[in-house]
Amino acid sequence: MANALIKADSFYELYERKSGIQDVTHYCPGCGHGVLHKLIAEAIDDFGIRERTILISPVGCSVFAYYYFRVGNIQAAHGRAPAVSTGIKRVHPESIVISYQGDGDLAAIGGNHIIQAANRGENITVFFVNNAIYGMTGGQMAPTTLAGQKTTTSPYGRNVNSEGYPLKVCELLSSLEAPVYIERVALTDPKNTTKVRRAVRKALQNQIDNKGFSLVEVLSVCPSNWKMTPVQSKQWLVDNMIPQFPLGVFRDKTAEIPNRETIRNTFDQSGVREKLEIPANEKQVQYSLQPKMDFANPKLVIAGFGGQGVLILGLGIAQAAMQAGYNVSWLPSYGPEMRGGTANCNVNISRERVGSPLVTKPTVLIAMNLPSLEKFDSKVEANGLIIYDTSLINKQPTRQDVHVLGIPATQMADELGNTRIANMVILGAFIAYTAVLNKEVVFDALPNFIKRKNLLPLNESAIIRGMEYVLNKVTN
Amino acid sequence: MAKQLIKGNEAIVKGAILAGCRFYFGYPITPASEIAEAAAFYLPVVGGTFIQAESESAAINMLYGAASGGVRAMTASSSPGMSLKQEGISYAAGSELPMVIVDVMRGGPGLGNIAPAQADYNQMVKGGGHGGYKMVVLAPNSAQEMCDLTMLAFDVADKYRNPAVILADGFVGQMMEPVEFPEPVMELPKKEWAIQADAQDEFRLVSSIDLEPEELEKHNVHLQQKYAAMEANHVMFEDYQTEDAELVVIGYGVVSRILHSVVDELRGKGVKIGLMRPISLWPFPKNHIIELAARIKRFFVVELSDGQMVDDVRLAVNGKIPVQFYGRYGGVVPSPDEIIAQIMKKNEA
Repeated sequence: MANALIKADSFYELYERKSGIQDVTHYCPGCGHGVLHKLIAEAIDDFGIRERTILISPVGCSVFAYYYFRVGNIQAAHGRAPAVSTGIKRVHPESIVISYQGDGDLAAIGGNHIIQAANRGENITVFFVNNAIYGMTGGQMAPTTLAGQKTTTSPYGRNVNSEGYPLKVCELLSSLEAPVYIERVALTDPKNTTKVRRAVRKALQNQIDNKGFSLVEVLSVCPSNWKMTPVQSKQWLVDNMIPQFPLGVFRDKTAEIPNRETIRNTFDQSGVREKLEIPANEKQVQYSLQPKMDFANPKLVIAGFGGQGVLILGLGIAQAAMQAGYNVSWLPSYGPEMRGGTANCNVNISRERVGSPLVTKPTVLIAMNLPSLEKFDSKVEANGLIIYDTSLINKQPTRQDVHVLGIPATQMADELGNTRIANMVILGAFIAYTAVLNKEVVFDALPNFIKRKNLLPLNESAIIRGMEYVLNKVTN
Repeated sequence: MAKQLIKGNEAIVKGAILAGCRFYFGYPITPASEIAEAAAFYLPVVGGTFIQAESESAAINMLYGAASGGVRAMTASSSPGMSLKQEGISYAAGSELPMVIVDVMRGGPGLGNIAPAQADYNQMVKGGGHGGYKMVVLAPNSAQEMCDLTMLAFDVADKYRNPAVILADGFVGQMMEPVEFPEPVMELPKKEWAIQADAQDEFRLVSSIDLEPEELEKHNVHLQQKYAAMEANHVMFEDYQTEDAELVVIGYGVVSRILHSVVDELRGKGVKIGLMRPISLWPFPKNHIIELAARIKRFFVVELSDGQMVDDVRLAVNGKIPVQFYGRYGGVVPSPDEIIAQIMKKNEA
């Protein structure tokens, strides 16, 4: 048990980080921060957690809390302490993280951060000092400023009609499921201060036991900015703040939540490639490929309705081409377009380095609906190839200077029993017509882009049908 | 090594985990969301932590907290999200925290659109947050570099105790290309300064505040010395056909890929053209530009913006030869033909 007359071990003997006089704090006479600091430091001592405590200093009067606490210290941006606490606590779950915040910090600029940290049930301890005013910046209005209270930015008194009512943080947070313990206490007389002491310890003990989120709101005086003596200000707190901010326990699930073991993080890279699904090093298979002259390094635009498997067709071609040893790129249209409507992708296949991934002058256009044919028809390079689905497009391409291959892909897919594999019929037609790829490499690649393995045989059939269609057509 | 056909955004996450990153804090935004999704999928598998933060501001501050603890950690977003992160980035630079921040740029200003753009150059390269600070900013132009430069970014961040940035665009993020993943980093650098969970050094502190002007100036001088070392050691660029070039085009990210096609096409027509691609946007390859300026006739800079990097080219060239510019905005990506027409037009002018 700490002796009230002896400085806690969790305070520095001398405040060397502070300029000027180093054996007193920077807090004003009568300020509540000093008392609360002392209660916290004694609790840290008594629990024997000094070496694993990390204090997050906020922006506000307690920005310099790190001058005093002989623990790990992180100074955070205004309002962000709960987010910073979350980060360090997740990294070091065995640490004891204290987010020490004032009312401007916690309830105004950091309002969302404290709500969300509480709602996640972060296993941290928050000490929230409410003195109804911005102290550090010289007495401006805070979210907790009382109705009618005069501050430097509410010089005529807080007008609830335009500036709203004092924000009740404990009441607000106690509407959430996750928090374990929420209590409001006041630094006034010895009786109340004993309650503060008890609350501080309970909130820390919950974290030690890994129970979850605890917050203690401490009503505290600010004699300097309230422009009162310390004695007057304590009376003002009792008379004015407590009626507005009733003291008491707002949430206590301490008894019902069991103590939990701390699960420490360990760093382990073993087997990480497998965990990341990076393919094992395999011997490159050699495929004998002789692309037809016009299609040596094809640039494809593949377009159709969303849902026709346009992107997966492009992906399949790119995957197979990569496995065949080509350089490739695949670029989808992305965003709103992929949520219904039209879809298209650009695929480059090249023995050279791939320049622009964007295909503006395709050598191969695969059009799976009429709007796509009409949109890209004119862009195809001379001597290029247009493949289109004649089951859905009842119009011929207008170009005379390109190869044209019409194939009733959707009808053929329907005959195979699944409309959705029209794209694979087209894939078969593409490889048969251009010889950029062959059946072997496409079948080898298939499991790498068709995730549902039970559909592989159906996809293979569709590819074969597409190839046969082209070979029959050319022979006839 | 076996290659994997993979999206640039996903390659970032795999690269990060191979580099030893185990913590990701982010907020969804197109066209960067696949980074958060891949992090959410893979990090739990490797014993890491993914948190979807309540805001971009929360994400960067969670990262601030995690980086204080000495681990490799990251966040990613796209342009409007980066604006929101700037406060935290400035704090991280001031507090000397190593972290990796990815920006997959989209069209702006304002909400703009989700198409690729490069209008965050000033924001990310020149220090979009308050105070004076610098970060190494790397601009990948392929899925492979999304992995490789992310891994490098973690090393650079740790080496200098400073945030490092990957500045990509929507196309490089969304595009799939073959990637050969390097072997994992097995051991991470020791961080004696970091806030630990046991045996706290009594003076261990992560902070950017110092009320004494002379002391804060000393801190700034220290930072500037660090930036000078970064500038001396981390310039990266790639030249293509510049040896005999009379005209050199300059572009980064996806633009450099388009310019690669431009150079091939114009070389085919006998034009003595080359490409210089900055890989590090800060430190900017200014000395290389000075060398080139001494032996070529003009530069032609292309950006998906109103012209932001071009200012750095002009500073380096210092009026010695013409620096011409062509930009498209709002997510429009020019074709090689369009750029060639502009190059020819400006040649006649």
